[in-house]
Amino acid sequence: MTQPLDINAVSAHYGTTRVLQDLSLSIQAGELVSLLGASGCGKTTTLRLIAGFLSPTSGSISLGGRDLTRLPPHRRDIGLVFQNYALFPHLSVLDNVAFGLKQRGIAPADRRRRAFAMLERVGLTALAERAPGALSGGQKQRVALARALVIEPPLLMFDEPLSNLDARLRVDMRVEIRQLQRANGTTSVYVTHDQEEAFSISDRVAIMNAGRLMQFGQPEVLYRRPANTFVARFVGFENIIPFKAVARDNGTVTVETAGMRLRLPQDAFGAIPDTFLLATRPDGLMVSTDPAADGLPARLGLRTYLGRAYQYRCDTAAGHLIANGMLTTPLEPGANVQLVPVPEQCCILASEEAQG
Amino acid sequence: MSDRPHPILIGIAALVYLFLVVPLVIVVGAALSDTTYLTFPPRGLSLRWFENIFQISAFRRTIVTSLQIASLGTLFALMIGIPAAYALNRFRVELPRWIATLFVLPILVPEIVFGFALLKSLTVGAGVPIFAALLIGHTLLVLPYVVRVIGASLASFDFSIEEAAISLGSAPLKTFFTIVLPNVRAGVLAAFILAFITSLNDVSVSLFLTGPGISTLPIQILAHVEQFFDPTVASVSVLLMFLTVAVMAVVERTLGLTFLAK
Repeated sequence: MTQPLDINAVSAHYGTTRVLQDLSLSIQAGELVSLLGASGCGKTTTLRLIAGFLSPTSGSISLGGRDLTRLPPHRRDIGLVFQNYALFPHLSVLDNVAFGLKQRGIAPADRRRRAFAMLERVGLTALAERAPGALSGGQKQRVALARALVIEPPLLMFDEPLSNLDARLRVDMRVEIRQLQRANGTTSVYVTHDQEEAFSISDRVAIMNAGRLMQFGQPEVLYRRPANTFVARFVGFENIIPFKAVARDNGTVTVETAGMRLRLPQDAFGAIPDTFLLATRPDGLMVSTDPAADGLPARLGLRTYLGRAYQYRCDTAAGHLIANGMLTTPLEPGANVQLVPVPEQCCILASEEAQG
Repeated sequence: MSDRPHPILIGIAALVYLFLVVPLVIVVGAALSDTTYLTFPPRGLSLRWFENIFQISAFRRTIVTSLQIASLGTLFALMIGIPAAYALNRFRVELPRWIATLFVLPILVPEIVFGFALLKSLTVGAGVPIFAALLIGHTLLVLPYVVRVIGASLASFDFSIEEAAISLGSAPLKTFFTIVLPNVRAGVLAAFILAFITSLNDVSVSLFLTGPGISTLPIQILAHVEQFFDPTVASVSVLLMFLTVAVMAVVERTLGLTFLAK
């Protein structure tokens, strides 16, 4: 039942504005893939292209080997869950869920039984005869989920399904969605702007920006090994410092930025090109009061309390950097320190020019 | 403290009802008068002036014509106006703004000018038969109401509901009838009532488009008043009021006016 989805070099335009550029994505059968990005990045456009509500200007989309590109949306057999639920206000909860089965010519008794069974899975049998207007946000989204799942689609798509729910419910619902999706093994595309949401429930995440795919991979890979500065900033590498390698010897590379020199162990950092960007999270810069430490000299600025650490804004010759320091030794603004890169919390990126 | 409204409020409300109802009471009273001239309060009670309406063949004919024109004109206006209102809302971003304005032009242009323009173009210019010209005129006259009222309903309609239905396998045209239309039925109903009553009561456009042998009830009332001063005109006015109320009653019975308030 479950099928792979292939998006092949798809571009799309609104009038003359290009909103999607050469997007290619291969989603395996049974996988849950999130499209993640700020509004206007092309994630919803992609979803609408797959659903058939928009036509691509070039490229093709296929589901389980079946070319969807020229197929009208009502024949694509895709389950959709909308941000605003989009329940039919004039139909009861049960009839909402049974709607897709009715379109498939299933006999009344049979579709009633199947819709009811689906409502049972989302725990809403008690509300079967209610009108959707009488339901809470979470209940509405469960009905929408049941309505999309009951047709047993080869592909399930979610368009910011949790945005209208409050924070607690969002976490509960996303776990519920993931469990249902896992149990059915339905290939799924999940559109969201919430990084935590995307990373927590996806097999793989596609990070998008300005109509282009920035990086596609497992959450762990995106989080630890961003491929470019956009993704790096997106996943919290707040410091991005340009370096030049000036000397290499005995497994250490001496690098320089804004007149400051630093020795990096080659094994820990992997290949170090001649020019590169060093991206670190605030945790990736250790605040050291030892003047002999091999780090970037910095003067501490504003200190904020994060609960698990203190965070400092630091002035260096390379500009403002953000570093986290231990709770046991709070430091005062104005102190002179060394910021030492922690290899496991850093990542080396090609320089901006090389990224294109 | 009780929740009784303020006495001044009650007074003003009473005045409004008085101004609305008193003229109607006078007309109904005059229609029931046994005299051969219009008078109020009625002297004697008689239904003979109602009987008289049906003895004057011009009234008989024009009542039928008016009902035909109002029903067909409203029907045509709905057939054009519903898809138009849908397209104007569904493709609000894509369509140029002047198209929406086009559909309200018949209201913006003074009715008398509109009627004259139709006379020049349809009856004189294109030689359209009188009944057909009246029908076209009334269709155009009520079209803006249909487009505006149903458009207002569609403006609050969430089109992702339509997309949900389509994604579940319902063809677009079928979706329009099973999902979109049931959710804007209040607007359709309001548009129907407004259009039917506007058409039934229209004078200015009909004045130009009626011709030898074919006229509408309001025009016939005007013609009658010019020649006679008997209570027939009052009784026929009551009849016109009754027709309007009947339309509302039928709607109330079949669909419920509560839909209008939705």
